[in-house]
Amino acid sequence: MSLDLVQMILATVLAAATPLIIAALGELVAERAGVLNLGVEGMMVCGAALGFAAAVETGSTLAGALAGIGAGMALAALFGVLTVGLAANQVASGLALTILGLGLSGLAGAGYVGLKREPAPHLAVPGLSDLPGVGRLLFGQDGFVYAALALAVAVSWFLWRTRAGLILRAIGDDAAATHSLGLPVRGVRFLAVLFGGGCAGLAGSYLSLAYTPFWTPAMTAGRGWIALALVVFASWRPARVVGGAVLFGGATVLQLHAQASGIGLPGQLLSALPYLATILALVLLSLGRRRGGSLAPAALGRDFTPHR
Amino acid sequence: MTAGTGRAAAADPRPLFGAYGIVKRFGDFTANDHIDLEIRAGEIHALLGENGAGKSTLMKILYGLLAPTEGVVTHRGDVVRLGSPEDARRLGIGMVFQHFSLCENLTVAENIALVMGRGLGRAALARRIAALGETYGLHLDPERPVWSLSAGERQRIEIVRCLLQDPKLVILDEPTSVLTPGEAELLFTVLERLRAEGRALLYISHRLDEVRRLCARATILRAGKVVGACDPRAESAGSLAAMMVGAQVCEVAPAAPAAPGGERLRLDRLSLPAPGLHATGLRDISLAIRGGEILGIAGIAGNGQAELFAALSGETRAGQAGAVLIDGVPAGHLGVNARRRRGAAFVPEERNGHAAAPGMSLSENVVLSRHATAPLTRFGFLRRGAAQALADRVIATFDVRKAGPDPAAGTLSGGNLQKFVVGREILANPGILVVDQPTWGVDAAAAARIRQALVDLAAAGSAILVISQDLDELFEIADSIAVLHAGTLSPAVTRARTTREAVGLLMGGAEDMPPAVTGAVPPSEAAHAT
Repeated sequence: MSLDLVQMILATVLAAATPLIIAALGELVAERAGVLNLGVEGMMVCGAALGFAAAVETGSTLAGALAGIGAGMALAALFGVLTVGLAANQVASGLALTILGLGLSGLAGAGYVGLKREPAPHLAVPGLSDLPGVGRLLFGQDGFVYAALALAVAVSWFLWRTRAGLILRAIGDDAAATHSLGLPVRGVRFLAVLFGGGCAGLAGSYLSLAYTPFWTPAMTAGRGWIALALVVFASWRPARVVGGAVLFGGATVLQLHAQASGIGLPGQLLSALPYLATILALVLLSLGRRRGGSLAPAALGRDFTPHR
Repeated sequence: MTAGTGRAAAADPRPLFGAYGIVKRFGDFTANDHIDLEIRAGEIHALLGENGAGKSTLMKILYGLLAPTEGVVTHRGDVVRLGSPEDARRLGIGMVFQHFSLCENLTVAENIALVMGRGLGRAALARRIAALGETYGLHLDPERPVWSLSAGERQRIEIVRCLLQDPKLVILDEPTSVLTPGEAELLFTVLERLRAEGRALLYISHRLDEVRRLCARATILRAGKVVGACDPRAESAGSLAAMMVGAQVCEVAPAAPAAPGGERLRLDRLSLPAPGLHATGLRDISLAIRGGEILGIAGIAGNGQAELFAALSGETRAGQAGAVLIDGVPAGHLGVNARRRRGAAFVPEERNGHAAAPGMSLSENVVLSRHATAPLTRFGFLRRGAAQALADRVIATFDVRKAGPDPAAGTLSGGNLQKFVVGREILANPGILVVDQPTWGVDAAAAARIRQALVDLAAAGSAILVISQDLDELFEIADSIAVLHAGTLSPAVTRARTTREAVGLLMGGAEDMPPAVTGAVPPSEAAHAT
């Protein structure tokens, strides 16, 4: 295998990991605040549809990405009003949001099926991008990839180095205790849900603007669910989200290459690899969990209604 | 603050904080009904009242957590608006919560940083925590996660967090309810010192002897109204209690000492692994109780009480059948219902969710624990009438106050629901009764009623095991007392041969038997000695 082939494979792995990183980071922030939003898939697919539509109409990838973020946030706002404002059941609302998102995206994207546009431009730094072996991998990705990595650093810094991040983690650990200190539980939770929606929308728009530059209904193909599993796999830590996403992305790409090179395994089994990896990760994680404290935010999935 | 400011504050005729005409309604229910309260600098002011008297509501209003329906709060004579705890803290009001408002998975420093202002670095905060710990003897390791700390240490965090803001008024809600006697002494020293510094303290407690010792003024609430004010040092515990409940609280009458019957419940070297992250394993627990006897198990929460209760009730099954003997027959392998059929009954600590299903009616809750021991079903179908009749009998016998004919269990007040769940089991006439925290968070009148029922049941020949953190309770009703610490049980000692101090030392984990209990005997002999 030549150096360039390795680089090409690694670049594809990173591209496959990018939407997972972005969506999982958003969900991680929401879950750290104690809100479990199972609607990631729905918000993602809406981001993909509206992102592609906006990009086609305006001709701008940036406008598409922003439209994707907006679509994800709009759905997340609905979820936030239901679960944070009205204390509706988070699991049921999240599942409904996924179904709603799949339907809405089909409707909004109906006129754009079959259209194609140029994928998002890749970075090209004279000299650096042509370095043999690493140039394309490090300096030749599109903007989404760099944004995803920057987002991981930013989320990590926010959660553990800022006062607002501390308050968010405290709310996810014990909402009643945090409320009794006078901190705005519902406000912070709502913002965290919005952030999660924006990230899911951005991840979706990456799929239709850069990864496969066209729109087709339900094109997220379960990546929203993988992102949800990834948050657990990463035990709610941003750095591990990146590692896990690369692992899952790698499983996807490996499966494609294995099929192409004609390994004598059924394609369906190889396609199932990423999902099997998720299950395995969850099993391993719960096996290694018997120390003190809890890995998951203790108030995850519990609604909170203050008296006043 | 210095003694100088304390004198200056005392010279100011206006109270440091005042609350006037406070009314708080939740729907139809009036929790606070025109309450007036004045707090002066340099005093420890007691707020007394039963559960549901409105103490917590009033405190939450003072701390800005609840907005009063009517009435005003003043600071040095000026009306202030307390829109949030942040406003209260800015005015110098600090609060030490009964059920600590701490996030278990955050560290000590992070929990404290939650209420400190912006721009305070980690190192600076750690220095301030250390300096304050030095001043008041409240030492904390800022990097420890809260889940790894004892109740006493957790309260220390609450107090340090409060003091770091240099409060003028500190509100303490039942601060000693989870402390060992030694820890409580330490707390009292700190409180005296805060008072001497010229701060005001609002002290809420059920424990009347503490109030009489610490406080110079007391305001007494009953049913949301102020019913009196007094100098607790000039009153007796009995007269204070009478003011709280509006009637003389009857002391628990010791039943006529019945001749001890045969051994009914025995644990024989019961060991169980810790069932979860925060749980405690049980090690080599042995005890024996005869008919007519009450064994009290003292200990601080989290030392294995919940696990011991589960092993006794059959919620956790013992490894060997012979580890639990009911009337001499191995029962360790039996589940809850099988043990109930052998004549045992169980009242868990948590009323809502364990002893009773809060969303279900009282008659349905009767079925939940009595379907094996009372004729409440026929061919697998419920006999609603029989269940209702049994619920009504419990309600009548134990004076359970409720709204409506068959309300949901969750709508009852804590004391009334506790009377109901204890009564439900006692009416089964159990040969063995295991009760965890029988009067936790229950007002004095209901607590006396429950204790009396336990004493009467023992007099009728039942063996009773009471797990409690309330030493006064154990010394009032138990024939012998053993201490559970870190999953091991000390030998049971008859009540007459031990003291609160000796039990307190064991609760704190003292290895050696303190001198007061040199006459300790192995559990079976101790039980037989009563």
